[in-house]
Amino acid sequence: MAFVALGQGSAGNSAAPTKASRVAFILLAPGMIYLGLFFLTPLVSLVITSLKTASFTGEIGMYDYGFQVSNYAYALEQYLPQITRSFVYALIATLMALLISYPIAYFIGVKARAKPILQAFLLTLVIAPFFISFLLRTFAWKQIFSNESPATQFLQSIGVLAPDQYVIGSSFAVIAGLTYNFIPFMTLPIYTSLERLDTRLVEAGADLYATPAQTFWKVTFPLSLPGVISGTLLTFIPISGDYVSASRDFLGGSDTAMIGNVVEANFFRIQDYPTASALSVMLMAAIVVLVSVYVRKSGTEELL
Amino acid sequence: MKFSLGKWLLPTYVALAFIFTMIPIGYTFVFSFNKVEKSNIAWKEFTFDNWLNMCGQPVVCEAFGNSVAIAIISTLISTGLGTAIAIALGRYKFKGRAATNLLLFLPMATPEVVMGAGLAAQFLNVGISKGFWTIVVAHVMFTLSFVVVTVKARVATLDPRLEEAGRDLYANASSVFWRITFPLLLPGIMAAAMLSFALSFDDFIITQFNSGPETTFPKFVYTAAARGIPPEANVIGSLVFIVAIAIVMIVQVRASLKAKKLRA
Repeated sequence: MAFVALGQGSAGNSAAPTKASRVAFILLAPGMIYLGLFFLTPLVSLVITSLKTASFTGEIGMYDYGFQVSNYAYALEQYLPQITRSFVYALIATLMALLISYPIAYFIGVKARAKPILQAFLLTLVIAPFFISFLLRTFAWKQIFSNESPATQFLQSIGVLAPDQYVIGSSFAVIAGLTYNFIPFMTLPIYTSLERLDTRLVEAGADLYATPAQTFWKVTFPLSLPGVISGTLLTFIPISGDYVSASRDFLGGSDTAMIGNVVEANFFRIQDYPTASALSVMLMAAIVVLVSVYVRKSGTEELL
Repeated sequence: MKFSLGKWLLPTYVALAFIFTMIPIGYTFVFSFNKVEKSNIAWKEFTFDNWLNMCGQPVVCEAFGNSVAIAIISTLISTGLGTAIAIALGRYKFKGRAATNLLLFLPMATPEVVMGAGLAAQFLNVGISKGFWTIVVAHVMFTLSFVVVTVKARVATLDPRLEEAGRDLYANASSVFWRITFPLLLPGIMAAAMLSFALSFDDFIITQFNSGPETTFPKFVYTAAARGIPPEANVIGSLVFIVAIAIVMIVQVRASLKAKKLRA
């Protein structure tokens, strides 16, 4: 009964530090052990699997423990286009999501502040997509822009698309789908930052004869930066590993595969677990490097 | 003329953005009423049949039931574990806080495909066959950090003097917790549980890697996409949407009524 012990521990913060830390330990241990077992050791498993060698028996899907570093070279050589594509797509989709989300967040957090009901309604609209399976939403886009659909025919008739050109299967469709799916993840953190924005600072900017644009870039935007940073991370990271939008059954085509699609194919279809693991390890390493550089550059250490 | 473009630019942009985000939801809803012969792509005819006969495709309902069961079980576990961690982080000084925070932050900063493939590789190496319970294990793992973050925010707003007052009045530790701390934390715990449920229910990538032959609603949709998704899936998707929106509205109305009462 960790909860029962709680009251005793906080009784005297300074009087009984050992007792308090024991309670803290009891509260923390189950969850942290859980994460250790099912989050950390799987990452180790991934590294171990990525170094396995093909089984002597030559059976498909069977591998022996080993230290075959060349699995990484193979994965890189084989799938470099998909790896690069993942990061390019993720970068573009993150920027697009930022362009769409920032005005929404600004409107709800600053402009609608005086109208709590409107604010609550708009926030509900922001999170509404969460309540319908993202696979159904992504598939809906596929149907809306399917090859014989009115939307596609319209685009072809006004000349945006050539008569034999289609939306589905293009990089554009995949990036648009990725952007769409992650808009709420971008909007909510930015909203949280802007909601706390002291509008008197903006007024002060105007009083000092700054143009609205200057006030925005010198006052509003810097103050919303923590939200922008967590929003871009919450968007970029999942997008870089996503494989639903880029799947051929959804919005993708023959040359839109991302790293996630390759991991999926290697894991399930080819059963090449070492290559799938090597790709995952590289993705994780790239994300860790990118995130730490980004967080350091933007000067926010406190993310949790 | 004081009609300025600037004044209308932002609301128009926001309205267009919301239309963009709502289109697929409306589409899913509308096509749940489509009379379908072969594929649910082109609009044929309006019908209530899909709604009246939701389990016409038994696989859809079975997958849905699995998703609900997995979401409930994993939410109970992750909310329990996560609340304990949040209280420890918010209330206690202990060594290794930085490491704890890092371990909690990492799952939120890891692409799902990495967590999914990692856990699957571990199950493979250890020789555990995948199914219902491996999905539960995976879902608790990736929802836990979100529970901690949500409950921690609530712990931070808690006034420690209320608990002290309870103790001054000779309440023992367990009644202080259950009669003071827990009720005050409850809104945060409920929010965390709802978030955890939603994350688990809608998860696909981690689930696909750790489900084996077991199917969930998102997994069913993904597999069906190659052949065309049956309208029953649209019905269930729409139904979940309506229920979830109703819950959110009730919560919001109750919160605003409470705020009014406090002000009065």
